[in-house]
Amino acid sequence: MEFALSDDQEAIKDTAREFLAARFPSEKVRELAAAESPYDEAIWREMCELGWPGIAVAEDHGGQGLGVVELAILLEELGRALAPAPLIANACAGLLIERAGSDEQRSRWLPGIASGRKRGAAALTPDPEPIVGAASGAAILVLNAGDGARLVEAEAARLERLDLIDTTRAYFRVAAEGGDPLPGAVAPAVDAATVAFAAELVGIAQRALEMALAYASEREQFGRPIGAYQAVSHRCVGILYDTEEARSLTYYAAWCADAELESLPLAASMAKARASDAARAATNAALQVLGGIGFTWEHDLHFLLKRAEVSARMLGTAAEHRDRVAGLIGLADGGDR
Amino acid sequence: MDLSLTEQERAFRDEVREWLELNHPGPAPGGGDAAQFEFEREWQRKLHAGGWAGVSWPKEYGGRGATLVEQAIFGQELARAKAPRPANVLGLVMGGPVVIAHGTEEQKERFLEPILSAEEIWCQGFSEPEAGSDLASLKTRARRADGGWRVSGQKVWTTFAHEAKWCMLLARSDSDAPKHQGLTYFICDMRQEGVEVRPLRQITGEAEFNEIFFDDAFVPDENVIGDPGTGWGVAITTLMHERAGIGATAALAVQMALEELVELARERGRAGDPLVRDRVARLQIGIEALRLGTLRAMTATMKVGVPGPEGSIAKLQWAETNQALTELALEVGGIETLRGGEIWAYRYLRSRANSIEGGTSDVLRNIVAERVLGLPRLR
Repeated sequence: MEFALSDDQEAIKDTAREFLAARFPSEKVRELAAAESPYDEAIWREMCELGWPGIAVAEDHGGQGLGVVELAILLEELGRALAPAPLIANACAGLLIERAGSDEQRSRWLPGIASGRKRGAAALTPDPEPIVGAASGAAILVLNAGDGARLVEAEAARLERLDLIDTTRAYFRVAAEGGDPLPGAVAPAVDAATVAFAAELVGIAQRALEMALAYASEREQFGRPIGAYQAVSHRCVGILYDTEEARSLTYYAAWCADAELESLPLAASMAKARASDAARAATNAALQVLGGIGFTWEHDLHFLLKRAEVSARMLGTAAEHRDRVAGLIGLADGGDR
Repeated sequence: MDLSLTEQERAFRDEVREWLELNHPGPAPGGGDAAQFEFEREWQRKLHAGGWAGVSWPKEYGGRGATLVEQAIFGQELARAKAPRPANVLGLVMGGPVVIAHGTEEQKERFLEPILSAEEIWCQGFSEPEAGSDLASLKTRARRADGGWRVSGQKVWTTFAHEAKWCMLLARSDSDAPKHQGLTYFICDMRQEGVEVRPLRQITGEAEFNEIFFDDAFVPDENVIGDPGTGWGVAITTLMHERAGIGATAALAVQMALEELVELARERGRAGDPLVRDRVARLQIGIEALRLGTLRAMTATMKVGVPGPEGSIAKLQWAETNQALTELALEVGGIETLRGGEIWAYRYLRSRANSIEGGTSDVLRNIVAERVLGLPRLR
């Protein structure tokens, strides 16, 4: 039993952190957040060269053949860097096709998803009229409703841009008829995608923690750094708890998605519920620690806070996942009341 | 990252399980009286005979030399089997490890075996009426005497003091030194003139804790652990072991309590109540996070070698979760669960201490702020 990143996994994390810090400094994120499309295709091609789009895709289909744990590591770092990139949308499509698709669907679509040349995007909210992130540059969309999911070629779908408060990503309402059904069990595949979002939310909470700590250590009032006051330091400890609980649950769920599928439904819902709340609580607590500066456009915190609020709703809200958890641990829905 | 048990860990678990199936003494009588203590002493003798008393202790000192993961497995198997606690918990978890870490060869020879066999029970004399969270300001004094020390003062919140042969006693041996440097760690014989134990009745009605009054009690030089004046460092080791010990097994005990709460909610027809569902799910998520956080801390400790300040995080989360769980149980269970002696009422009352004992949640937050987050110190 070992619950820590391996040396290889640490290396993935370090590479990602270094690359993202170089490519997405604050000015770049701000530039993209204000642009028509928040995605920089040149940076995306670099991510493709690093093999990121196919990190969890099987080698047979052109991926790296690693797991959801490695994907989670990348997405945590992307969340932390607030990187505007279509990676998570593409990865979720890959997870759904790989885990619920037919052989024919896999060999048709996964190579493009793995190389990043023909991206996929998956519905983040259920039918009807699902919301899909990064749909405009994608070749294939995975839409799911209840127990079933279908593949729709992007050119056959009607996309309507949805201007959410998070402008570091592009969101679309999608309307499409028909499509090619995925024959496999969709729920476990959606669970794996859910873990991907939890990982991004962990990264957001982590960044909020770092911002709060930096400010609490340097900002002085009444003659000492505000982090010396317990009202402030205990709030920071609360952010740490939120972040670490979410991280433990998320990496456990990611490991379940790779190695212990029978535990995945409960693990995924616990991770997403906790990570959604953690990222929202952490960004809000950081705002309180920062005080006035945290409320300004000038400080980057608001991008985190907005991303947290939007991602918390994707693939199930905290409340929805807690309801599922209750059902899975023996509180059968409605039956006993 | 691999959260499954290794082959060796699985074999260890199976061995524990098998032994427990054959040797489980049945439920403890309860009531917190002498009969219960004797039952727990008998149980520890059995554990010792089976080689399970000092699971974490090195083999050369009569322990099993188990890895941290194996210790956690052992604690979890005991909890799962609802096995009674061993009588000499404080000796096993704190006294023994401190003697092993800081004691002389003679002290190891003298003290360790009777801890394992429960022949000599240990208690801990740290807190005082005027020194709780600010432990280093304690006032109990130790004066030089012929061949040893004379101790006078008062200790409080001492578990098992009435059963104990030995007290891990922290006292001020040099009142001129700065407060952290004037302390010495003694092992004080409780069976002597000059040591008086008075039961301290608590919120549950039981007297689980005691007050101890020392009036010129004698401690020979050979019962000083470490050098005079180094007591603070020795005591910190004790507290780290206490916190590490709480984290590993507590998660499963809370998980089992949650399963009882789920059962209670079903019995009361509340399984479909969205408010109950949401709060039960929050608790389940908190408990799972506690379990996983403990595993992460364990992996980190195995790499670094000593328990880190992360134990403070687990302790704090455990306290909050256990308290919230018992609060919800009283709400779901209704007035019936508030009968005197009812199990949930007892658990609710007993858990009020969780955020105080073993370091208050407020002080633990200070520790985490300073040592984990690196925030500036208040003082």
